[in-house]
Amino acid sequence: MKRLLGYMKRYKLESILGPLFKMLEASFELFVPLVVASMIDIGIKNQDTAYVFKMGGLLVLLAVIGITCALTAQYFAAKAAIGVGTTLRSNLFAHINSLSYTEIDNLGISTLVTRMTNDINTVQNGINMVLRLFLRSPFVVFGAMIMAFTVDVKSALVFAVAIPLLSIVVFGILLVSMPLYKKVQKQLDKVMLATRENLLGVRVIRAFNRQEGETARFEEENSLLVRFQVFVGKISALLNPVTYIIINLAIVALVWISGKQVDAGIITQGKVVALVNYMSQILVELVKLANLLILISKAMASMNRVDSVFQVTSSIETDPALAAVPAAQRTGAAVELKDVDFVYSGATEPALQGISFQALPGQTVGIIGGTGSGKSTLANLICRFYDSSSGAVFQGGVNVQGMEEGRLRRQVAIVPQKAVLFSGTVRENMRWGKEDATDEEIYRALDIAQARDFVEEKGQGLDLEIEQGGKNLSGGQRQRLTIARALVQQPQILILDDSASALDFATDARLRSSLKENTQGMTVFLISQRASTIKNADAVLVLEDGRMAGWGTHEQLLENCPIYQEICHSQGIFHTQASEKEVQ
Amino acid sequence: MAKANKLTKEENKATIKRILSYIKQYAWGVAASVVLAGVTVALTLYVPILTGRGVDLILGPGKVDFAGLKTVLLTIALITLATAAAQWLMNHINNLVTYKVVKDIRTKAFNHLEVLPVSYLDSHPSGDIVSRIITDIDQFSEGLLLGFTQLFTGITTILGTLLFMLSIHPLITLVVVVLTPLSLVVANFIAKRTYTMFRHQSETRGQLTSLIDEMLGGLKVVKAFHYQDKAQEQFEEINGRLAAYSLKATFFSSVTNPATRFVNSMVYACVGAASAFGAIRGFLTVGQLTSFLSYANQYTKPFNEISGVVTELQNALASAARVFELIDQEPITPDSGAKELTQVQGAVKLEDVRFSYNPAVPFIEGMELSVEPGQRVAIVGPTGCGKTTVINLLMRFYDVNSGAIWVDGQNTRQVTRKSLRQNFGMVLQDTWLKAGTIAENIAYGKPQATQEEIEEAAKKAHAHSFIKRMPQGYQTVIGEDGGSLSQGQKQLLCIARVMLCLPPMLILDEATSSIDTRTELRIQEAFADMMKGRTSFIVAHRLSTIQEADVILVMKEGHVVEKGTHQQLLAQGGFYAQLYNSQFAVS
Repeated sequence: MKRLLGYMKRYKLESILGPLFKMLEASFELFVPLVVASMIDIGIKNQDTAYVFKMGGLLVLLAVIGITCALTAQYFAAKAAIGVGTTLRSNLFAHINSLSYTEIDNLGISTLVTRMTNDINTVQNGINMVLRLFLRSPFVVFGAMIMAFTVDVKSALVFAVAIPLLSIVVFGILLVSMPLYKKVQKQLDKVMLATRENLLGVRVIRAFNRQEGETARFEEENSLLVRFQVFVGKISALLNPVTYIIINLAIVALVWISGKQVDAGIITQGKVVALVNYMSQILVELVKLANLLILISKAMASMNRVDSVFQVTSSIETDPALAAVPAAQRTGAAVELKDVDFVYSGATEPALQGISFQALPGQTVGIIGGTGSGKSTLANLICRFYDSSSGAVFQGGVNVQGMEEGRLRRQVAIVPQKAVLFSGTVRENMRWGKEDATDEEIYRALDIAQARDFVEEKGQGLDLEIEQGGKNLSGGQRQRLTIARALVQQPQILILDDSASALDFATDARLRSSLKENTQGMTVFLISQRASTIKNADAVLVLEDGRMAGWGTHEQLLENCPIYQEICHSQGIFHTQASEKEVQ
Repeated sequence: MAKANKLTKEENKATIKRILSYIKQYAWGVAASVVLAGVTVALTLYVPILTGRGVDLILGPGKVDFAGLKTVLLTIALITLATAAAQWLMNHINNLVTYKVVKDIRTKAFNHLEVLPVSYLDSHPSGDIVSRIITDIDQFSEGLLLGFTQLFTGITTILGTLLFMLSIHPLITLVVVVLTPLSLVVANFIAKRTYTMFRHQSETRGQLTSLIDEMLGGLKVVKAFHYQDKAQEQFEEINGRLAAYSLKATFFSSVTNPATRFVNSMVYACVGAASAFGAIRGFLTVGQLTSFLSYANQYTKPFNEISGVVTELQNALASAARVFELIDQEPITPDSGAKELTQVQGAVKLEDVRFSYNPAVPFIEGMELSVEPGQRVAIVGPTGCGKTTVINLLMRFYDVNSGAIWVDGQNTRQVTRKSLRQNFGMVLQDTWLKAGTIAENIAYGKPQATQEEIEEAAKKAHAHSFIKRMPQGYQTVIGEDGGSLSQGQKQLLCIARVMLCLPPMLILDEATSSIDTRTELRIQEAFADMMKGRTSFIVAHRLSTIQEADVILVMKEGHVVEKGTHQQLLAQGGFYAQLYNSQFAVS
């Protein structure tokens, strides 16, 4: 809320002028019954036709002023709301981009997308409506009452009774029915779940002959939905009849009391008509106000959700003091891990424990292990997407926690497991690695990544349009392009995180040999579940449940690392036959 | 599915007819609702006349007819109570009828899913079908409810108001009738003008959403390439354009309300002046003037509502048509006259089987296979070779185009699907689990199983130990599609599910890449236990499975290109040998 007010301040003028003009419009509306009253009391009584038409003209004038004020108000309200929405959106986007992997994991991508889109739109819409209506409706309600009091105090007492009563009914029904509507929505979600499950599991359901059971379950959920719907319907259906009773009974009382006042000569007939008109104005505005409150509560909930994202800040900070490591301590390793432990936020078990190794410049290091053994986590730590919980990661002898982010990112390139490409041309995608990469550089990277052939086959060269998520490419093609994108960057350290899994054997083999030829001087990490992929590496790190289970060459590990042996055997690689069977 | 909202006239007619056939059994409700609506409208409209009469009885000091006023006011009070009661009852009945009709249609649609051929469900995105059963039916119910409550009352209100006004004074009625359409004209005019701006707005919003989707979806990559600044630049550009369009669209659309209010005020002013003039000339009383003013206020409201209802109804009809389209899909041929398949030994024979998904593209042709009870058949081949199709045909998810599949000498097309499927245990790579407890999932094929049986099956599937470690053991509730379970754990549960039933024949689809090789070994062991003494068809990726098979079918583009044991096939030096030599690294 505080944050929202901060944004509103930038549109102070609009935020004040909007409601102000809206109130002006309302106050002109409040004059109408009085004009009609004098039409009756003066015009008709005195048989003064000219006066009647003069008053008619006045009504038209009031209408013209009303619409002018209203339009001005709508304009300022829209301007403030959209201004706030736009700034909020842009700041939130920048904020999300500043978060580190830990926060991204905790918040979840789909949540962030909803906050950016739906929630901010709801907030924007809420601001607009609040500026337009939040002051107007109460103003009309109380204004009508005050005007009634100026006409006749005794009759106006009816207003003082009717307004609180109406408010209780309108807001009461709303308060009761809102949570019930949520219940209906939840039940609808259950019905949807049952439907979706049945579609996705059609084979299993039919294989186990469970169609009848599923139908019965659906019937149950569906009946419950109808019960909830009818129940909440019964309550909301009360709103109109009950308010109708209150208003009409109030009018009855009003006519009776004001009739007495007229009889006593205190007010005139025209005033009676005016009082009745004021009473009719109230209901409409109260219902509007009630609906506005729903909108506000939704907008507030959205704003709180947006705010909770703003409150999360990046856990990764750069400490330049850490960069100033005395030269004597530098080991000459391109990448070094020293006693690294890592626990994911919210997890109880460490994902990595006691990892130490050195990779020399130009070396290729293989990392192998089962799912969940910590391979990708290790890669993420080298890139400093996460900070180690204890121990330290060094690149070129410098603690990564002390390196400026831009420099760090230029130095390391990672090709993640999931091949993510962005809509745009191949050229645009390739330039993610290096903003000013020439076509030549890009083609060279495509060559190494075995991606040039299929790009050229499509006939548009680097202008080939990639659809969102790379939908127009196969999995293997996407993977090769992400590898090329990393190569364009010409990093000192390259990490391939199981990024050739969708390639067929022959292409995989070609890729590996071309990488070997063309990445001299580059420190390359190859992460894989396939022993055949990493067996030619200079060193292999075997991970098991987050711990180092082995470190050495393929041959050494086959001799002395039982887990590595097990992995190799399960993939049909044995000591001697393995090298024969391998297709080079 | 193109979401065309406009239907042709005939389609509309047909759809309305179908909807009416569903409503028919609630005809009492509809009749009651119509009567109540008539009562409500008539009484509501009568009140302004009474109020007017009341005002006419209050002429001035000493000239108030209290006796008459009392009668009038009492009548108003009574009418009000009656109206309120009628209105509530009408709303309630409308809700009841609408929700019941919707429930009937939804149940019918869902039940239809259970008898639709798998081919239909395979070829239509599940999201589309779900949206028909959920969103479309919801939209339809909203439209139906609105139509019920607003269309009928709206029209009667307009007609009623006209009648009442005419009964007071025809000339002033004319003023109202001539002027009110103006507000509709204005609203229409604005709607047309704002349409383009709304289109621009939603287009730009679409662009922005897809940028957000893309950049946040690939947020980790954005961070990895330090691309934040460029992304922000792109974002600002679209966001700026959106702000400009939004301002225009929001402002111009918010003109509608004040504009129609303005027209109403004008009508009000004219009616006021005209009635006052009439009162001076003596052909109208002050009370009648009051009645006229309140009618003038009410008269335009139903017009605006009806125009909203009409679009709502059109959407509802289009939605209903989409639901009916689903319900109308041809179901599977019924099992009528088919025999039960009992006491199965597990001899399976395929005879000249022909099948294709698309008549224009032949796929499986003349497939022959003979399997002895207890034999193990491994099916291997590259992606798209027809491995899964064979499973579909064995389970009769799809029926053969020609030829036949025999189980123990019975043509599977002449036995009930239920009894055929009861004799097959199936574990697919696509591990589907229900939202529910682990125990419920294991007992899916045998809901009456005891806890001991369930645990026994889980032990055999090597799933017991991880289940025990879960917070509530066997009673742990897992979310939709296995929730937080790992792929390997899900696979083990699927195996346990089959273990509990242990039918005489098995169909197994081996998992490939998503499971690490050591979990895979445990699954292999579980598979091996299960296959003992059972006829098994295995879509195989692992060397060990293939080597131990009694028959290996090597498939390619729908055809069995080689058939034999591992040794025989290796000796042939054909496609299989080639595949084998590349280590089956790729499925």
